[in-house]
Amino acid sequence: MARSDVQLMLGVKAGDDTSFEVLLSRYRSPLVNFLYRMVRDRAAAEDLSQEVFLRVYRARREYAPSAKFTTWLFRIATNLALNAIRDTRHRQLESSLDETPAPGAEDAPPAMDVADRAPGAVERLMIAERAARIRRAVYALSAKQRAAVLLHKYQDLDYDEIARILDCSESALKSLLFRAYETLRAELAPLIGEGK
Amino acid sequence: MSCEKLETKLLGYVDGRISDAALYEVEAHLGACAACRERVAGFRAVRGLLDELPGIEASPAFDAGLRQRLAAESSRNWFAWLVPVPRLALALSFLLIAAVWIGSRPAYAPGSEMTPVAQKTEEEFRMIQDLPVLEDYDVLSNFEVLSQLPPARRNKQRDL
Repeated sequence: MARSDVQLMLGVKAGDDTSFEVLLSRYRSPLVNFLYRMVRDRAAAEDLSQEVFLRVYRARREYAPSAKFTTWLFRIATNLALNAIRDTRHRQLESSLDETPAPGAEDAPPAMDVADRAPGAVERLMIAERAARIRRAVYALSAKQRAAVLLHKYQDLDYDEIARILDCSESALKSLLFRAYETLRAELAPLIGEGK
Repeated sequence: MSCEKLETKLLGYVDGRISDAALYEVEAHLGACAACRERVAGFRAVRGLLDELPGIEASPAFDAGLRQRLAAESSRNWFAWLVPVPRLALALSFLLIAAVWIGSRPAYAPGSEMTPVAQKTEEEFRMIQDLPVLEDYDVLSNFEVLSQLPPARRNKQRDL
């Protein structure tokens, strides 16, 4: 039977490095993906993810299971992401979200040549463009709204847990999510219409 | 229920995380409000679109990079037990420097108040200074040199 997060973290506290390895394998991918969708940069996402695990390890001696481990973990991650976004905000403002990204960039549609004019390639291109548009819409949200949506959608956390991570009341969190989804609904309306 | 009051319940309704009482209220409102029905459909579509966003895998070097940072953390902390409280260590350093400086200073400064022992020593030193003859042992062998002393010194010599 798999050990719970609390049991594993208490193991880390007792000096069991194997417990830390299990936590790492359990939360490496969710953290990297959450941070990637927050900061939109793979290298930065990995760096921040490592920092999260480093801080968890650093705090192991003082760990007490007063809250859910995921609440603690994602609170560290969210704070690091919000700080990183604030620190690089001037660079974000310089790049226009409406411009077509250069080839090779994360959101760039794949380049097409003569050999790619097969139906499969066109379909792949459309899928990539849709993904780029969705990604841009998410990234256009405020940092806090983005964190709320990502935690709600991809981590499947309860509202009260997300509220604790974002340090707000549950009703404030629900209002934040409502406004975020309203914005996404407007931004992605053409794609929603295509799906009908 | 108004559309504004529905805001905090709508996503719970879309997510299926809503109490039975709230579910009844929401469904009653949706039956009468086309705008909110459209909103609910839009929220469900957005959740579907978010599913299209691909995830990423951590790079093969992720774990190695983390272990490196953990190892660097451990080596930085090996001496941390010596300095558990940096400010305390700084204060102790100042105290030590002050103690060494005070210890290296002379027992008294010229013109300052002296102890009786220091005073006697000082008087004897001045007497010796007033007897330049003692610097020259050849002169000592010739007692005639005592007649060369100034009169005040000659009297002191008789007292000795």
